[in-house]
Amino acid sequence: MNNNLLNYVLQISDNAMILGHRLSEWCGHGPILEQDIALTNIALDLIGQARSLYQYAATVDGQGKTEDDLAYLRIETKYKNVLLVEQPNGHFGSTIVRQFLFDAYHYAFYKALVNSADETLSAIAEKSLKEVTYHLRFSSEWMIRLGDGTEESHQKMQDALNSLWAFTGELFEMSDADTSALEAGYGVDLSSVKSFWDEKISEILKMATLEKPEEAWMQSGGKQGRHTEHLGYILTEMQYMQRTYPGQEW
Amino acid sequence: MADIKSLEEKFQSIVDAETKIEPKDWMPEAYRKTLIRQISQHAHSEIVGMLPEGNWINRAPTLRRKVGLLAKVQDEAGHGLYLYSACETLGIERDELFDQLHSGKAKYSSIFNYPTTSWADIGAIGWLVDGAAIMNQVMLCRTSYGPYARAMVRICKEESFHQRQGYEILLTLSKGSEEQRAMLQDAVNRWWWPSLMMFGPTGKESTHSAQSMKWKIKRKTNDELRQQFVDISIGQAEILGVTLPDPDLKYNEETGHYDFGEIDWEEFWNVVKGNGPCNKERLAARVKASEEGQWVRDAAMAYAEKQAKRKSEASKVA
Ligand SMILES: [Fe+2]
Ligand SMILES: [Fe+2]
Repeated sequence: MNNNLLNYVLQISDNAMILGHRLSEWCGHGPILEQDIALTNIALDLIGQARSLYQYAATVDGQGKTEDDLAYLRIETKYKNVLLVEQPNGHFGSTIVRQFLFDAYHYAFYKALVNSADETLSAIAEKSLKEVTYHLRFSSEWMIRLGDGTEESHQKMQDALNSLWAFTGELFEMSDADTSALEAGYGVDLSSVKSFWDEKISEILKMATLEKPEEAWMQSGGKQGRHTEHLGYILTEMQYMQRTYPGQEW
Repeated sequence: MADIKSLEEKFQSIVDAETKIEPKDWMPEAYRKTLIRQISQHAHSEIVGMLPEGNWINRAPTLRRKVGLLAKVQDEAGHGLYLYSACETLGIERDELFDQLHSGKAKYSSIFNYPTTSWADIGAIGWLVDGAAIMNQVMLCRTSYGPYARAMVRICKEESFHQRQGYEILLTLSKGSEEQRAMLQDAVNRWWWPSLMMFGPTGKESTHSAQSMKWKIKRKTNDELRQQFVDISIGQAEILGVTLPDPDLKYNEETGHYDFGEIDWEEFWNVVKGNGPCNKERLAARVKASEEGQWVRDAAMAYAEKQAKRKSEASKVA
């Protein structure tokens, strides 16, 4: 078993899984029927990505586990998603800000991962990139629409941006898994992802008439399994059936 | 008056000739009103129907089931969209239809006022609720109003997929542990009777039926559809190894149909009137989504107006 590769794959899949979970919470509660459907589309894409990646992680792990074992039977400290994706939905605008901040990263990340020396990762990245290209377009458009909409919407977006900003630094921190993946040729250099991200954020914020928050202290720990309080509740809900009725077919 | 009468006669002859009525055609005011009531009620049912199943998206037991359920609930949102659009062709706006739902003036299918308390409910809803809906909707694919009929054709394809997916969830439970089989039986116990009620009141009490049949909006009575549903469900229940909670169910050699027990119409009317277990929660969830989304809709509108203005100014300069 290649532990570094396993951790690296889990890092990517956990991000998709947890963000997909959060977006699923909107299903049936969206502000506009068309946007309800759009958020669910993104959730479906992300959970689909997570499944491909968990299936691959199970193979790398080589102990006969399934995608469901990895999603449903790991505790908080084993989850490696960044803190940003586990943050609560808040109002529609704050969901859009979280999505946009992550999509801009996700897009550049997959774009680089297409060149991975690992064929499976490269193939997953190529398929996911198509999906994430659409996600980024969707969230960018809504950033602009709500940022440059009414006074009220502008203020709501600026506030959401200010409060989620502290979770963006972690996106570009190289964990041990990131570093060894890069060295082994199957990983992504997050500093190049960061330059794309900086540019994209500036471009869209300008169009959205929003201010880029000042550089301040950044929260981190997700990649090492140190999470905010929110992840525990997510997993409690998500893992309820598998924990209550262990080892059954559904 | 003679004019209206001849228009009505002509309208009826078009209907009788099985030609579809289209939005621009002349139609009796009562036909229009009946359709608006029925299609919007149908659309609202799709949207409110997302809530009980939505409950289980984040608790689905496997990733495969989660994706299946998420996609299913999303389909229902799509059905709502088609139906609101069909309704709008009759000269009413989506916003007004939402207002009618939120104020309680418009109804939606009472089945969604029952709670989903276990995972097996997701299977039972697919099998029984989508199943009962299909009976009605297959008939509506041939309804006299063109846009409604066409919306139903698209919807029916997805509904039968939902039913198969639900049944397959139950089939898996039926082959599972004792706990899983108990979960399955419990869900069927709770959903069977409300599913029979979905077809609406029985002949004597059904107010809209006769006229709707004449206009070919409907082609079968509530009781005919209900009987069809009972007949088809018996064999499916046997395969699942569940007992349908009706001691009076038995095959009638004379009629060639299954007889079934008396429906609790008192419960039915109470749930319609708002006394079901979840009426308040369901409506409150819709009202909340609408109120909390107001600023989003306002902003989208304001932005669109700004953009239009910018465009026209730019074209002046050019
Ligand atoms: Fe539907
Ligand atoms: Fe359905």
